[in-house]
Amino acid sequence: MTALLETRGVWQRFGGLVANSDVSISVGRGEIVGLIGPNGAGKSTLFNLIAGVLPPTQGSIWFDGVDVTAMPAAERCQRGVGRTFQVVKSFETMSVIDNVIVGALVRNTVMREARRKAHEVLEFTGLAARADVLASDLVPAEKRRLEVARALATEPKLLLLDEVLTGLTPTEAQTGVALVRKVRDTGVTVLMVEHVMEIVMPLVDRAIVLDLGKVLVEGKPNDVVRDPKVISAYLGDRHAVGA
Amino acid sequence: MDKSFTERRRRELLVAACLAVAAALVPLFVKNPNVQNIMILTLMFGALSQSWNILSGYCGQISLGHALYFGLGAYTTTLLFTKFGVPPWFGMLAGGVISAVIAMALGYPCFRLGGHYFAIATIVIAEIGLLLIQNWDWAGAALGIEMPVRGDSWLKFQFARSKLPYFYFALALACIAWIVTWWLEDSKWGYWWRAVKDNPDAAQSLGVVVFDSKMGAAAVSAFLVAVGGSFYAMYVSYIDPGSVMGFQFSLLMALPAVLGGIGTLWGPLLGAVILIPLTELTRSYIGGSGRGVDLIVYGTLIVVIALARPEGLIGLFSRRKETAR
Repeated sequence: MTALLETRGVWQRFGGLVANSDVSISVGRGEIVGLIGPNGAGKSTLFNLIAGVLPPTQGSIWFDGVDVTAMPAAERCQRGVGRTFQVVKSFETMSVIDNVIVGALVRNTVMREARRKAHEVLEFTGLAARADVLASDLVPAEKRRLEVARALATEPKLLLLDEVLTGLTPTEAQTGVALVRKVRDTGVTVLMVEHVMEIVMPLVDRAIVLDLGKVLVEGKPNDVVRDPKVISAYLGDRHAVGA
Repeated sequence: MDKSFTERRRRELLVAACLAVAAALVPLFVKNPNVQNIMILTLMFGALSQSWNILSGYCGQISLGHALYFGLGAYTTTLLFTKFGVPPWFGMLAGGVISAVIAMALGYPCFRLGGHYFAIATIVIAEIGLLLIQNWDWAGAALGIEMPVRGDSWLKFQFARSKLPYFYFALALACIAWIVTWWLEDSKWGYWWRAVKDNPDAAQSLGVVVFDSKMGAAAVSAFLVAVGGSFYAMYVSYIDPGSVMGFQFSLLMALPAVLGGIGTLWGPLLGAVILIPLTELTRSYIGGSGRGVDLIVYGTLIVVIALARPEGLIGLFSRRKETAR
């Protein structure tokens, strides 16, 4: 079976800056894949290319067997790509349930159905008690969860998580990890950009390390963290020698 | 959860029905034509503001050029009636459709503009419309057109002896604008619009087609405003470019909603009930020619509101749910 998501020789240039150069990755169905790398490695750019925020300068992106390179974000969502934002983008003047209904409307045209779906997702993500609260009144960890809930309401095949676990307290992060596992268990494939290695590594099936816009290493999390190239990218060459 | 939501929706409908019935009974007790005139204008601007609120309140695309659609409605109806003898009812519909089409044609380039630039574009476009009409001889140019009086008739929507038919029509207009808003609030469009207003990027990522939802809001909004413009033309039976397409109409559609509560179901009507009588009274008491005095009064009012209660007066009535938790 073909991979759910594939990028083929993707380049992204911003003026003279090359954010992604010749990136080819693939994500299989049912996997949790971690996209990691030091600051400025091009993770967020690649993420936005996959979500359809902007088209790549060169190369193509395939989702579920279809070339989606030229497809705008909304259409990708209809095809089954859900995403969260690193800097949360809640609909602040709307209640939590209304935020989620917006997502649910992708697959449910009848309002009553969309509302029921939204309640279901809030139950699943543990936000049910906050359904009628304004999104602007949520605490940061809840806002992150709302991002995930909204994306899940679109019933994605692929869920893109952009640093959903970063900046949370250890307890909150653990609940987050549990939620990601639960999401995968429902059959959703997950691609997550993450900073905090010790949280991501136990969670993901496979890790892809980006550095300076290129794929540096990819493989099982345990092999990746021991790879000298990865260590030197994060900590500098001096540390890699000893490894 | 679901039950309380349905209940709230039903309650809103019930309150609206009660208010409509109460408003319908008012003319039985108030016979003074001047007061009736103020009531008619209040209902009309309530309806207009409610329509403006769909594009600018719910969808967040601030338009300060809705006088264009108001004027288009007024001119379409008047021209069809005076030149071709078409009944105003049909002119109303035609004006609405024309306005909706023009709103989408203008939206096509303008909805690519962000924030303030969109608002500026709407002002400029409305001014261009005004200039075009002013120089269009067939449409009466700057002199305007007078509606020939053909005797009282529902078909021709002319009533010389009584203001009551106009009052009930204005009331119906306000009811229709309210019900359309109420219905849209809990529809895909309603959610799409609010999402677009709050965060277009996030909306897009959730499958919302931002451009289409703006176009939809513009079309509905322009249609309803044009119907209001048609009504106004029939009511005053004489129109000239400045009196139906002037910038003050754009303001008079925006201000009630801003005062009452922008992007809310009740805000525009509440704002109109306060603002329009106030405008008319200041105009008649402080001085006839002083076109500016009324503007000063509600300019002040808006500043006070913006400082004290930015969500509008409606915030005084319904302390939002989150404080009740």
